Amino acid sequence: MKARFKRKRTHQAEAADARPLAERPTVPLSTQSTLSGQLRRRRTGRLVAGVASGVAEHLNLPVLWVRGAFAALAVCGGAGILAYALLWVFVPQSSGAEQPISVKERQQGVGMILLCIGAMVAAVSFIAAPTWVVAPLVVVLVGAAVVWREADESQRRRWRQGARSGVAGALLGGGGRAALVRISAGAALVVLGLVIFLVGTSSIDDVRFGLLSVLATLIGVAVLTVPWWVRLVRDLNVERASRIRSQERAEIAAHLHDSVLQTLTLIQKQADSEREVRRLARGQERELRNWLYGPDGYGSEREAAIDDAPAARFAAALGRVCGEVEDVFAIKVQQVVVGDCDLDERLTAQLAAAREAVVNAAKHAGVAEVSVYAEVESEQVSVYVRDRGAGFDPDRVPDDRHGLADSIHGRMQRHGGRVKVRTSPGSGTEVQMEMPRAAA
Amino acid sequence: MLIVTGEATPEVSESRPVRVFLVDDHALFRAGVRAELGASADRVEVVGEAGSVAEAVTGIDHYRPEVVLLDVHMPDGGGAEVLRQVRSKNIEVVFLALSVSDAAEDVIAVIRSGARGYVTKTISGRELADAVERVRAGDAVFSPRLAGFVLDAFSEGPNSAPVGDPELDLLTPREREVLRLLARGYAYKEIASELFISVKTVETHVSSVLRKTQLSNRYELSRWASDRRLV
Repeated sequence: MKARFKRKRTHQAEAADARPLAERPTVPLSTQSTLSGQLRRRRTGRLVAGVASGVAEHLNLPVLWVRGAFAALAVCGGAGILAYALLWVFVPQSSGAEQPISVKERQQGVGMILLCIGAMVAAVSFIAAPTWVVAPLVVVLVGAAVVWREADESQRRRWRQGARSGVAGALLGGGGRAALVRISAGAALVVLGLVIFLVGTSSIDDVRFGLLSVLATLIGVAVLTVPWWVRLVRDLNVERASRIRSQERAEIAAHLHDSVLQTLTLIQKQADSEREVRRLARGQERELRNWLYGPDGYGSEREAAIDDAPAARFAAALGRVCGEVEDVFAIKVQQVVVGDCDLDERLTAQLAAAREAVVNAAKHAGVAEVSVYAEVESEQVSVYVRDRGAGFDPDRVPDDRHGLADSIHGRMQRHGGRVKVRTSPGSGTEVQMEMPRAAA
Repeated sequence: MLIVTGEATPEVSESRPVRVFLVDDHALFRAGVRAELGASADRVEVVGEAGSVAEAVTGIDHYRPEVVLLDVHMPDGGGAEVLRQVRSKNIEVVFLALSVSDAAEDVIAVIRSGARGYVTKTISGRELADAVERVRAGDAVFSPRLAGFVLDAFSEGPNSAPVGDPELDLLTPREREVLRLLARGYAYKEIASELFISVKTVETHVSSVLRKTQLSNRYELSRWASDRRLV
């Protein structure tokens, strides 16, 4: 009980700063609806740790009743103190707006605490607990309260400063010497209380004394550090989540700036050239689409999204090939890939052949769109390049044209693949390329 | 559909344009679709449009269109949500998904919720009008990309999970063949002549693929999506 009183005093100076702004209503009805409904300790308008006012706000009761209940329970065997301490440790501080405390309420609260202490002293003297038990207990309570209070303060400081400190920072909270002094004082009080308690029981023999002192030390350390660990873990989780969110946002903004906004600017400048506008827009669409939905895209693992790394997967590589042709020839290449596998030497050759087929279609077919369909099966990989353009008569291709013969037929055959060309003048062209997969 | 009896003029049922309702959260895109479909005004008539799920549900209820052109990506749940709500009201209307999305999970989700087809937003106005007429007639319309998605979902990879109900979950070789040609960019008519079957048969195959896609509730689609880290 003295612990609560002591803490109230350390708190007074700062509460006095915020106080005169407005008269806080004793029963905060109107603020109730805006809260998330989760129990929070109040940061201001508190006498000790803001537990009572937080509970009052949560239950929508006058804060005086809650304090009265805590005091009454404290007189009944100290249950109120225990409840208060547990709530203090496990209920997070509210990070909401600050509300100053009224003079009247402060007086009521202090009166309640004094009344409670008096009742406790009377009760203790009535049941005649030995002084060597009560006095060290009070000292320990005061010390622990000081340290815990400092943990609250350090948390608030870290909120103010944006919270980027290590464990030492979490302990001291950037409070510097004052914080150190307060923590040392609190720790000293706890140790002192425990020592007094042990000295008071010196009639017990040495072995039990040793055991007891170890146990008491451990309890002391636990009591001192529990609130920090609880809050440290909680704060770090909250902070990590918000940092990830803001990093994501920054990354999306940066990407849109680098790609879409730049392209739109270029399009505005080159609005006269229809072909150039189409090329820019198509390239941008492909890039953004790949970023959003592609196999290396935004939704997947970030390491894979490095642009200039060689594509190790067939589908991504085919997409890149089609994109290059789109850019160079300002046509649309619609590509559909079923399945995927790792690239090897044969498939690289097939990709080169497919590229040549798409380039041929872009150059000679005279169409705006080429379809590319690839299917990865367990035994072979098939690529079909199709356009609905001019078509040609295979028998009348001059001998000096090497594209189809060398780049497609030759390449595929050297690696054991097959090529079939279906075409006739006026009905478009389809190049079918099949490559057996390596046995591995 | 009008039921034409006896001597009534068949032209009436033939020439009446299909009543279409547009759902897309981008007003600019809706205006574009209206303009594109305006060129085929004798075949397709846009009776209304909506920019959100709630508007769409009310609008479809009010206008009773024959075909709804449905965007996949919208706030408040997207096309699948519209489908769910309209279907629960038991309105007889056919949905055609019209999407810019390349994310197979979205597209497959809309198809599985009961859309009769899926076309991409790069489609030309004439092709879109064709697609609308075809779904109105009870057919399924697949774009090459969707055909690729479905093939991928049903493909029997070396590490594919065991299939619980083969009749439901597997595509017949003929259906695979049809889908593969679709994915290669063939039109229904070209597929028919390629496979020496009638266009009607092609349509039947595609419709049964659609039914399987809607019915098969397990393994392939979810496994396929999770393989690609889409879920």
